[in-house]
Amino acid sequence: MTRFLLRLVFLLALPLVLLGLWWLASDDSTNPFWPPLRTILTTFPDVWTAERLRADVLPSILRLSAGYAVAAVVGVAVGTVIGSYRRVRALCEPVLEFLRAIPPPVLIPVIMLFAGIDDTMKITVIASGCVWPILLNTVEGVRAVDPVMAETARSYGITGAARLRNVVLRSASPQIFAGLRQALSIAIILMVISEMFAASNGLGFTIVQFQRGFAIPDMWTGILVLGLLGFVLSVVFQLVERRVLGWYHGLRASARRSP
Amino acid sequence: MRGTNAVLGATGLAVFLALGEAVPRLGLVKEAYFPPVARIAGALGDELSDDTFWTALGDTLTGWALGLAVAVSAGIVVGVLVSVVPYLREATASTIEFLRPIPSVALIPLAVLLYGSELRSVLLLVIYASFWQVLVQVLYGIQDLDPVADETARSYGLGSWARIRYVLWPTALPYVMTGVRLAAAVALILTVTAELVIGAPGLGARIAIAQNSQAVPEMYALIVVTGLLGLVINVGARTVERRALAWHQSVRGEVAV
Repeated sequence: MTRFLLRLVFLLALPLVLLGLWWLASDDSTNPFWPPLRTILTTFPDVWTAERLRADVLPSILRLSAGYAVAAVVGVAVGTVIGSYRRVRALCEPVLEFLRAIPPPVLIPVIMLFAGIDDTMKITVIASGCVWPILLNTVEGVRAVDPVMAETARSYGITGAARLRNVVLRSASPQIFAGLRQALSIAIILMVISEMFAASNGLGFTIVQFQRGFAIPDMWTGILVLGLLGFVLSVVFQLVERRVLGWYHGLRASARRSP
Repeated sequence: MRGTNAVLGATGLAVFLALGEAVPRLGLVKEAYFPPVARIAGALGDELSDDTFWTALGDTLTGWALGLAVAVSAGIVVGVLVSVVPYLREATASTIEFLRPIPSVALIPLAVLLYGSELRSVLLLVIYASFWQVLVQVLYGIQDLDPVADETARSYGLGSWARIRYVLWPTALPYVMTGVRLAAAVALILTVTAELVIGAPGLGARIAIAQNSQAVPEMYALIVVTGLLGLVINVGARTVERRALAWHQSVRGEVAV
C-alpha cells in the first residue's frame, strides 16, 4: 500500500507542481501572448465542443490513420522484398538513403501539384513521409533474421507464406516496431503541417486560424489538444507494442537475468 | 563483394535517374508537374551559381547547428542531473513521458506570435524536437550502468565527479551518440519545416517561394538539395559516432566481422 502511494506521489508530484507554477506565474499576466492558465482552461470547453471535435478533430485523425496505414503496409511489404534479396538491397540502397534523407514536409508542395489540396493530398503526404523509417527498419530486421533459425525452418519444410509469417516477419517485428514508432511522430507532424498549408478543416487548420485571428487563449487550447493527441497516440502505440512484442520483451528480460 | 555492391548501387541510382528522365518525357506524368531530371539538374545549376541560394543554405545550416548544439548540451546536462540526483528519475518520469510525444509543430503558432519569422522561431521548434531525442537516450544509457563497475569505482574512493567522468559517461556514450544522430536528422526536418511554414529565411522559405511562383524545376532542385543535405548529415553523424566509439565493443565487433 505504501509503495503504491509512493509511486502515485512520484507519478503526480512534478506535473502538479509544474501546473501550479504555470497557474501562479500566469495568473495576473497581462501579456496577450501568455494568457493566464485560468483563462485557457475556461476557454477550453467553449472551443472544443462536440461539434468541433466531429468537424475538425475527426477528419484529422482519419487522415492520420489512413496515411499511416498505407505507409505501414507499403513499408513492410517493400521492405520485406528488399531485405530478402541481397542484390536487390544493394541495388536500392543509395536511392533509398537519399529518399529517406529528404525532410518529409518539403514533399507537400510537390504532392500538392499532383493531388491538389483535398484529402488525397494529405493522406499521400503522411504516407510518403512515414514510409521510409518503416521500410528501412523492415529491411534491417529482415536482413538480420537469425540464419540458424532460417535454416532450421527450411529443413522442417516451412516455406512460403508460413515461413514469411512465422519466421521472417516475426523475427523482424522488433525492428519493424521501432520503425513504426518513428513513423508515428512523423505522421503527426505531417498531419498538422499539411493542414496548415491548405485545408478547410482539421486541427492544424483550426489552430492557425486562431493564431491569425489573434484568438490567443483559443490557440493555446489548440496546442493543448495537439499535445494530448500526441500523448494519447503514443500510449496506444505502447499498448499495442507491448501486446505484439510481449514475447520479445520477455525474452530480453530473461536473457538479462541469466547472463 | 563490396565492389559488386558499389556497382549495383550505382546501377540503381542510374536507373532511378533514367526513370526520372523517361517518365515525364514519355508523357506518363505531366511535365509541368514533374520535369525531367535534366531540367531539374539545369535548375540546380542555376541555383548553385546564385548568391541568394548560398545565403539560404547558410541560414538553414545555422538554424540546424545552433538548435542541435543547444538541444544536445541541454539533453546531456539534464539527463545526467536527473539520473544522478536521487529520486529525480522517478519523479520526472511521468512528466517526460507526457511532454516527449507532444509534436513540436504544435508550437508553430506560438513561435509565430512570439518571434515572427526570425531565427528564434526556428530554434524554438528545433530545440524542442531534438532535446527529447537526446534526453531519452541519455536516460536509457545511464540506466544501463554496470553496478559492479560503479561499486568498484566507489570502493576505490572515486568521488561523484570522477565517477560521472570515468564510469557513467563511457557507459552512456554509445546511447548519447545514437541520440545525437537521431537529433541531427530531426533537427534538419524541423529547420526546413519551420522555414517552409513560418517563412524564416532559408531553404524551406525558398521552396515556398518557388512553389508560389510556379517555378517547378527550381522547387525540385531545392528539394534535391535538402535531400543531399540530409544525406550528408546522416553520413556525417554515423562517421562521428564510429570515431567516438572506436573503443566500444559494438563498433569493434562490426569491424572484426
